[in-house]
Amino acid sequence: MMNMIGSSFRKLLQYPSAMAGIFVIALLVVVSIYTVIAIPYAEAIRLWRGGEEVWYRNPKFAPPTWFNLFSSRKFSESFAVSTVDGGIEKSTSPGSDDITTYTMTHTFDFAYDVYPQEMLLYVDSAYAKKQPFLSIEWITPDGRTMRISNFAVGEKFTYRFSQDEKLALKLRAEETIPALFSDPETGNVMKGQYQLVITGTTFEPDSNLDVEFVVHGQVFGLAGTDHARRDLTLPLLWGAPVALAFGLMAAIGTSVLTMTIAAIGTWYGTWIDQLIQRITEVNLVLPFFALMIMIGTFYSRSIWVILGATIILSIFTGAILAYRAVFLQVKESMYIEAAKAYGAGNGRIIFTYLIPRMIPLLIPSLVQAVPAFVFLEASLAVIGLGDPVLPTWGKIIQDAQANGALYKGYYYWVLEPAVLLVITGLAFAFLGFVLDRIFNPRLRDA
Amino acid sequence: MSAVSPIPIEKSQGWGGAALKTFTRMARYVVVRLMTLFITVVIGVYLTILIANMGGYVDNIIKGQIRDAVTQSVANNPAYRNMDPDARRKLIDDQVTLEEKRRGLDTPIAIRNARHLVNALKLDLGRAINITSDSGSKQVRLILLERLPATLLLMGTSQLFLFFSSIFFALNLSRNYGNFWDKLVIAFSPTSAVPPWFYGIFLILIFAAGFKVLPFGGMVDSPPPANTFDYAMSVLKHLLLPGGALVISSFFLSVYNYRTFFLIYSSEDYVDMARAKGLQARDIERRYILRPTLPNIITNFSLLIISLWTGALFTETVFLWPGLGRTLFQAIGLYDTPIIVGSTIIYAYMLALTVFLLDFVYAAVDPRVRIGN
Repeated sequence: MMNMIGSSFRKLLQYPSAMAGIFVIALLVVVSIYTVIAIPYAEAIRLWRGGEEVWYRNPKFAPPTWFNLFSSRKFSESFAVSTVDGGIEKSTSPGSDDITTYTMTHTFDFAYDVYPQEMLLYVDSAYAKKQPFLSIEWITPDGRTMRISNFAVGEKFTYRFSQDEKLALKLRAEETIPALFSDPETGNVMKGQYQLVITGTTFEPDSNLDVEFVVHGQVFGLAGTDHARRDLTLPLLWGAPVALAFGLMAAIGTSVLTMTIAAIGTWYGTWIDQLIQRITEVNLVLPFFALMIMIGTFYSRSIWVILGATIILSIFTGAILAYRAVFLQVKESMYIEAAKAYGAGNGRIIFTYLIPRMIPLLIPSLVQAVPAFVFLEASLAVIGLGDPVLPTWGKIIQDAQANGALYKGYYYWVLEPAVLLVITGLAFAFLGFVLDRIFNPRLRDA
Repeated sequence: MSAVSPIPIEKSQGWGGAALKTFTRMARYVVVRLMTLFITVVIGVYLTILIANMGGYVDNIIKGQIRDAVTQSVANNPAYRNMDPDARRKLIDDQVTLEEKRRGLDTPIAIRNARHLVNALKLDLGRAINITSDSGSKQVRLILLERLPATLLLMGTSQLFLFFSSIFFALNLSRNYGNFWDKLVIAFSPTSAVPPWFYGIFLILIFAAGFKVLPFGGMVDSPPPANTFDYAMSVLKHLLLPGGALVISSFFLSVYNYRTFFLIYSSEDYVDMARAKGLQARDIERRYILRPTLPNIITNFSLLIISLWTGALFTETVFLWPGLGRTLFQAIGLYDTPIIVGSTIIYAYMLALTVFLLDFVYAAVDPRVRIGN
């Protein structure tokens, strides 16, 4: 047995497509293990189902940052800095009558051709009665200093640069953000070092003031973001273990059950065998996807229920008839006669003599069945019947479809999960194809 | 002269007898298949109802219909017009209970399911909750039958094209076994693991979003062209991408499978014999290779079609093709239970019909059905 595995593996080495398949599958396994450890299940669900409070730092519909490598126009990147994490320098100068003045500055380079989507200032203050006061200044690379705004702040306060109509009037522009980053003479983008200076004043002894400056750029992170500002790296990473687990479990469950039922049916013959064939005929006219949709809509969209239903509906297909045909041959062979002669029981013959003979047939078909199940999960997710809580590749495509990503040009949103799905599916398909040629040379050598 | 004439007469008599025999055999085969398939469909539809009615969904469809009808008739009856609202509600409730009892909704679930089965087999599928047909009807049967032609058009054209083009390519490859194209097809055959709607996304990306030469989706331009020819051209233009997606996703595997069948049969002794006799390569291919392979190919093709039938709903959804699948997709969004149950049943019928048609073709090409048992 070990010998057989060893020699098959050496044969596999001769096929580049099989090696590529094994490499991709190994990579996916590593990524899956990393993902499950780095972002535990509960954390992943919290992030995936989180709203603005989790994702407020991210822009909407932003392609990944590496887009800039392929584009002649550079899109502004996103970033967020705050006084708490030290990204904004904060200096405190106490004055008389409990008045404290804070000077908070952030200097950043802007070397892009496309303006950010939005800039926001989140203010977090502590006070008893008197509201702190804040004023914002903007220093451009050519040394102009602009007063953006000044206002009294509550405990939690958000200032949106793009929504400030007074600022727009002051800048004599329709949109404030392009105006802030442009040369007033030419109207072109001005690249260079910008500085944001926030001066805050508190009027009570135990007051405090913290700010966070968030720039929603046009590109974000490694994978970009979706309509709910969610970072797509999360579902892309989590999609790998989900796809692998679903595909493998469904393939193993289906193949092993199919083979066992076929073995039992052919061994006992008579009405059991007849029944299996009749069930297969009925199953042939059962509309698989429509039934899955019915189960998904009426009962449960949980990935486990879908997995179970998939396995049950996939047992009695053409595969069981193929296994049956081979079992009928094996049943007549000499060593089975010998086993019967020495008095082996039915169970012993089925599980130790019949089924092991099928392993060469089982392994390739098992591997080849994986892509179908991986895509099944994605297909169901695309029509809105994916698991309600899990972040998966199919769910990304569904969100993208629902938001018209292809029409509006958010290609990255569809392409990222699609490419991962195709790579995963093809890795198993190519490996299975080669395994089939190695294990069943008679069937494929024509 | 006189010696020659009896032979053709005798021959034609014999042939006529054989034809009659073949016909009866075929007829018997078809009738038997039709009956087994009918039983299969009955069991299949019953299972569908069983699954749906475990949560009482089919019963709820009927109950909703009864309440609708009773409320309508009470509202339209002038005698009840001046009744106070509470009394009227009570009247409606009483009538609904009475009607439910009359229709047997208080009977055990097994009997109820049997009754639903009979209705489903008669295609009496109830009334939709939210979806209406283009002609304004809420009858599930009418809605689904209205969408069926679109699905049939898409599936029919793409599958016929797939079938004939793969046979054509497979024959060519088996002639040049081992050359570059043959290896290419073998190398690409695992790509059929990717479902059609997935290729659809890439096709939309390339041809609709990228080159802007073909439409993103739908079945006909809006507004639809007035004259028939323009209309047909517009449909054809919309058909290219979804049809192409369906064809691409199965093409390489089909060609590979058929080519393997052809190669197996072309190494048979009688083919060598035919070659030795000096028959033309075309004749050998048609009579000695294609003919005996056809039953295998048809079996292979029918399994493919069956797996594609319900899968087409994803392709339809991606391409906004106004067929059965897209209606089912809309029904999921609107939680329109009668449509979901109804389309599952219609799909079961369509699958059985496909199996039957392919059986019939199989019987026509496989001499064992006509001559032997």
